[in-house]
Amino acid sequence: MTALVEVKGLDKAFGGVHAVEGVSFSVEAGQVYSVIGPNGAGKTTLFNLITGLYTPTKGEILLNGESTAKLEPNELAERGMCRTFQQMQICMNMTAIENVMLGRHLQLKSSLFTTLFRLPSLRRNEAAARKRAAELMEYVGCGDYLDAEASAMSYGALKRLEIARALAAEPKVILLDEPAAGLNAVETAALEDLIRKIADQGTTVMLVEHDMKLVMGISDRLLVLNYGRVLAEGTPEEIRQNPDVIAAYLGG
Amino acid sequence: MLAEFLQYLFTGITIGATYALIALGFTLIYNASHVINFAQGEFLMIGGMATVSLTAMGVPMILAVVLAVILAGILGVALQRFAIAPAKQADVVTLIIITIGASIFIRGIAQVVWGKEYHVMQNFSTDQPIEVFGAVLNSQSLWVLGIGAILVVGLVLFFTKTLIGKAILATSMNKEAARLVGIRTQMVLMLAFMVSALLGSVAGIVVAPITFTSYDIGIILGLKGFVAAAIGGLGSGVGAVVGGLSLGIVEAMAAGYISSDYKDAVAFSMILLVLFFMPRGLFGAKVVERV
Amino acid sequence: MLNTFMQSRLRGLVILALILVILPAFLGNPFHYELVTQMAIIAATVVGLNLLVGFAGQISLGHAGFFGLGAYFTGIATGTYGWSSVPALVVGAIVVGAIAWIVGRPILRLKGHYLSMATLAVGFIIAIILNNERALTGGPDGMPVPAFEIFGWELSAFGRYSLFGITIEGFQAWYIFASVVLLVAVWFALNLIESPIGRALRSVHGSEVAASVVGVNTAKYKSLVFVISAIYASLMGSLYAHFQGFITPAVASFEFSILFITMVVLGGMGSTFGVILGAVVLKLLPQVLADFQELEHVMFGLILMLTMIFMPKGLLPTLTAFVSKKMRKKAGGEA
Ligand SMILES: Nc1ncnc2c1ncn2[C@@H]1O[C@H](COP(=O)(O)OP(=O)(O)OP(=O)(O)O)[C@@H](O)[C@H]1O
Ligand SMILES: [Mg+2]
Repeated sequence: MTALVEVKGLDKAFGGVHAVEGVSFSVEAGQVYSVIGPNGAGKTTLFNLITGLYTPTKGEILLNGESTAKLEPNELAERGMCRTFQQMQICMNMTAIENVMLGRHLQLKSSLFTTLFRLPSLRRNEAAARKRAAELMEYVGCGDYLDAEASAMSYGALKRLEIARALAAEPKVILLDEPAAGLNAVETAALEDLIRKIADQGTTVMLVEHDMKLVMGISDRLLVLNYGRVLAEGTPEEIRQNPDVIAAYLGG
Repeated sequence: MLAEFLQYLFTGITIGATYALIALGFTLIYNASHVINFAQGEFLMIGGMATVSLTAMGVPMILAVVLAVILAGILGVALQRFAIAPAKQADVVTLIIITIGASIFIRGIAQVVWGKEYHVMQNFSTDQPIEVFGAVLNSQSLWVLGIGAILVVGLVLFFTKTLIGKAILATSMNKEAARLVGIRTQMVLMLAFMVSALLGSVAGIVVAPITFTSYDIGIILGLKGFVAAAIGGLGSGVGAVVGGLSLGIVEAMAAGYISSDYKDAVAFSMILLVLFFMPRGLFGAKVVERV
Repeated sequence: MLNTFMQSRLRGLVILALILVILPAFLGNPFHYELVTQMAIIAATVVGLNLLVGFAGQISLGHAGFFGLGAYFTGIATGTYGWSSVPALVVGAIVVGAIAWIVGRPILRLKGHYLSMATLAVGFIIAIILNNERALTGGPDGMPVPAFEIFGWELSAFGRYSLFGITIEGFQAWYIFASVVLLVAVWFALNLIESPIGRALRSVHGSEVAASVVGVNTAKYKSLVFVISAIYASLMGSLYAHFQGFITPAVASFEFSILFITMVVLGGMGSTFGVILGAVVLKLLPQVLADFQELEHVMFGLILMLTMIFMPKGLLPTLTAFVSKKMRKKAGGEA
């Protein structure tokens, strides 16, 4: 079978800085695949490349066997890819639930005519989308904020809201960039459960995370980046025993 | 043929030098505070009008110029202190509206003080035009170019050699870091507005004998300066000079060879064309937005 | 019952309708009617502009260009070529929409000040063309525009009409017409904002990357809202031309563009009823300040600056925030 996400010889340079250099790996459908590495290793850049926000300097990314080179982020979303951000990207000019409903954008096609006259079909779809968004907010654990403005939410709740928004899109693969950053131990444990639930429902998860306990416990495979290059790749067990990783990263 | 071309070129370079000075004013303020100051043109108006009226009152030319420039400088500082600084947190558009409010206010005062008529300023030196290969060159053009060049060189020295200039540069690059190393950023911002106002008023004074001057001359000159700054790329000093000169020359050529009715349309088409191919102008920084 | 009404999404629309119904009781003479009719037409224009600026977060400093194009399309089509008003209005809107789409595509890739520069340039170019194509537009002197006409029936501010046995003056008929137009314009805007399309538009403002990764084609939606707001402007320009009976290139001028965007920002970006308030205030202010004669502009500039400095979110959002804070305090005190 072909991999869901396949990355081949990927390079990204900003001026003189090689943020990502010669990175190759592949993610099978259904896996939890984590990318780890020290600050500035190029993890976020890698995610930005995969989701089409940056164009690679060199190399290729395949989604379900299709090259993503000419695809915009929204076209990747149409093909089942969605993500969250290390620097949260919440629409502060909307309510919490509207942010999640935004995630259902692709499922909610309505014509301009239907919209301007607010025809019954639109009202029905909106009501259904609102209901689904509310369920998702409960599911990720920010059900308390159903009627809140996004700007009135706590940091941890916003992080979960972002995941709910990504899930609302019903992605095949979801990329989470440091979802546990800034969360306390209780919140992190809840997050671990959540990621496991997402994976159990068949969604492929790609994860960037510094919390080793979380990553090691949850991942099927790991990619270790250092200065933009692949240091190691394998199962948690293999990574734990990899001498390079121990020397350069875990050991330090 | 050649004479005609040269004629348009002289006109273009002269007005282009003025645009460059206005654009530099925009650049300075933009760099220091990321504000586009729609009142920039009013500094030119103040410079020209104050000089004309002071000389009419019998004040010697040199003194009139100095007083006019000081007046504009005070205005620049006041603008920063009383209109921009209190609205730090405001949106880009809100800041634009504030500076537009300021320009309406300044223009309103000028209209009350100086009336609505056009005012004529004498050439600094002779009224006798200079002939070059059959083209006539207004002697005032030489003043515009000369003073423009001196100001540009002065600015370069100011930013590379003086402590204050370096402080402004540092603040424009990173406000927080500048504050940490002990630069008083509020002072620096006021200074940027002041220098910008000085530049504008001098430009307004040297160009006044050519364009005449009136209370509302700042609107269109200010906009042209903004166009020039955007052509060059906001924030780039070199861009401001190149943008100003090229805008002036293109405009003069368009007026000469196509139609003077459409010379402004050519200027605005030029900015659209530049932005179409270079969304950050000719010399604007090319950055990949971080997410 | 009353409570559910107060929370319904059309509350504002109903209040606006009530105000428009009650207002004539306070209008003394034709001049008042003229002013309020102009207000309604301009308000509908800025409601459209607010979709672009307030909701999608894209600056336009050239919107009067589209208003002017609509006005002149109507003027030329009905005046010079004898078209009927409605086809002129509709075809004009389609043409202006198409122009907006063509220029919008490349322009809307720009951000911040570059976008303001580009929209300003588009507005200027339109105004310059209207000024200089004298054969078509009459140049700076302007051109007369026939009265609004539908099925051979003319709506003139100077006419007199019988409706269901009630006789009303032309300026009153125009007031009713403009009020209905404003209500429809607001209703469409409200429907648009609270829909998947509206969310996509607002997400472009809130976070363009977030929008794009959930599948919003941001370029498409920016173009869409640019076109919609241009069509609003074109339609209202057409009506304005009929109502005024005479237009000059001033309707497309930079000053007019600035007036529009100022109404949006002063009233409250992203608040449909706020920008209507902005239109009302900025239309009234010159009338009030006319008493200051020479100082009119000084006062205007000063008020504009001070309002924006002390209420950067705009009049209506600031006022409602203030009122709801007071109410909460009161409720808290009772509990
Ligand atoms: N848009 C950009 N422009 C310029 N340089 C960038 C940009 N994005 C990332 N970089 C650089 O690329 C390198 C990798 O950054 P990246 O954000 O991918 O690291 P990271 O592994 O996500 O780090 P962290 O764990 O701190 O999030 C860094 O040196 C960074 O400065
Ligand atoms: Mg990162």
